Amino acid sequence: MTLYLLSVHYVEDQPPPPPHVVEEMHKGVMALNDELQAADAWVFAGGLEEPSTSTVVREDNGEVLVTDGPFPEAKEQIGGFWVIKAADGDEALAWARKATLACKGPVDVRPFQPDVEA
Amino acid sequence: MTHPLDEAAIAQVFRREFGQAVATLTRVFGDLDVAEDAVQEAFVVALCKWPEAGLPPNPGGWITTTARRRAIDRLRRESRREERHAQAALVERPGGASEEEDAFMHDDRLRLIFTCCHPALATHAQIALTLRLLGGLETSEIAHAFLVSEATLAQRLVRAKRKIAAANIPYRVPDDAELPDRLRGVLAVVYLIFNEGYAASTGDAVVREDLCAEAIRLGRLLATLMPDEPEVAGLLALMLLSAARRPARTASDGSLVLLPDQDRSRWDRALIAEGQALVRACLRRNRPGPYQLQAAINAVHSDATTAADTDWQQILALYDQLMALAATPIVALNRAVAVAEVHGPDAALEVVDGLDLEGYHLFHATRADLLRRLDRSAEAAAAYERAAGLADNTAERRFLEQRRKLQLKTPPT
Repeated sequence: MTLYLLSVHYVEDQPPPPPHVVEEMHKGVMALNDELQAADAWVFAGGLEEPSTSTVVREDNGEVLVTDGPFPEAKEQIGGFWVIKAADGDEALAWARKATLACKGPVDVRPFQPDVEA
Repeated sequence: MTHPLDEAAIAQVFRREFGQAVATLTRVFGDLDVAEDAVQEAFVVALCKWPEAGLPPNPGGWITTTARRRAIDRLRRESRREERHAQAALVERPGGASEEEDAFMHDDRLRLIFTCCHPALATHAQIALTLRLLGGLETSEIAHAFLVSEATLAQRLVRAKRKIAAANIPYRVPDDAELPDRLRGVLAVVYLIFNEGYAASTGDAVVREDLCAEAIRLGRLLATLMPDEPEVAGLLALMLLSAARRPARTASDGSLVLLPDQDRSRWDRALIAEGQALVRACLRRNRPGPYQLQAAINAVHSDATTAADTDWQQILALYDQLMALAATPIVALNRAVAVAEVHGPDAALEVVDGLDLEGYHLFHATRADLLRRLDRSAEAAAAYERAAGLADNTAERRFLEQRRKLQLKTPPT
């Protein structure tokens, strides 16, 4: 079993989808979460608040600085993520297919290092 | 042995057997790097032994067995982490004579192809992995063929193998549900390798021909391993029929010769016969796909003794079928060439002008040719100029510039 991070990306500053689409996404994600739990592939999942709510803490010359976030100065930001268990990469990609359809955004599939293995 | 086995001869045998040996060792040890290194080590052993002992009766079996022993020795010497690999390999039956093992080995190369061409890998990484692990090409040869530095190519290979290991990309043939999609990816990689060798004239001509030959070899291998997939046969036929024309594509001065002007006696008849037989088999199966249709179009071309004898009606009908399956602007552009022959350049120009291919040099080259045939010399010259400006291949650019000059000399009628 390998752990995978399935992170959902979106482009900042784009108008939010209309309410009925948000509702649909919500339902889709809930259904997928149920399916992940039933298959014992679920580890953790959650949606994140907007990037503007984030704060960056970092060490600089022995001093720890706290600044306004987010850290990546990119237009693309993470909106939420799943951490799943899968037998192999193809199984993880199969879950990611469902994830992107549910949340209607691109999903980045990234393996965890093996020492964090479940 | 009657003839001496020098390094080049041994290298040739290894190149032929490389894919099978790496594929089998990857299954046994579960690690591409271990497999690749072990086969490389077996090559060094062969260089020492073969010149004196002669070629073993079954070189492929010898390479796999030697590489397997080397890998086990090495894993034994190395850290505990590798211990379980070595253990796994030790419980495998030695040798490879049983029927079960043969069936495994048959599938090993398919597993390796599908792993090398996994969609999670970048296309250039898929190509490099396929050529290296399955084709047995040296890193330097691949780098040379794709005009990148050896360091860059080595880096690509390392990253790709690292991703396969870290993301746990499985070593297996996809199941029936995934197969059509995944097979398309594999065929695309093989065809990209072929086209890189066929279309580009930059770089070393010999290396280029090698890429075509390697793509055809991969195509033959796929056709053997997947005899029930008509698109596999279609791709092989397409490559054979294209390669058959290769000798006639360039003049003695290295310039490009287009299909209608080619000396058809220089076409390779054996390749044409093989390609046409495959096309006929595909037709009988009647499960058409884009590669089969492109092969069929090429088969019609190779049927014509002169350019004037070409059955353009048939070609246009095949393009119509192809459009129904894969309506890309490039297919539409190629179809327009057939439209010009059947319905005249006016009709074809109308089709071409409706295509959104502004940045593609062959779009302008096709337009230029149609304008030329409509005696619109000034417009034709401008289109040739645009095409030449976009072509990144020297021979093609020179050809287009010559055509442009001809248009400037022709007084408008």
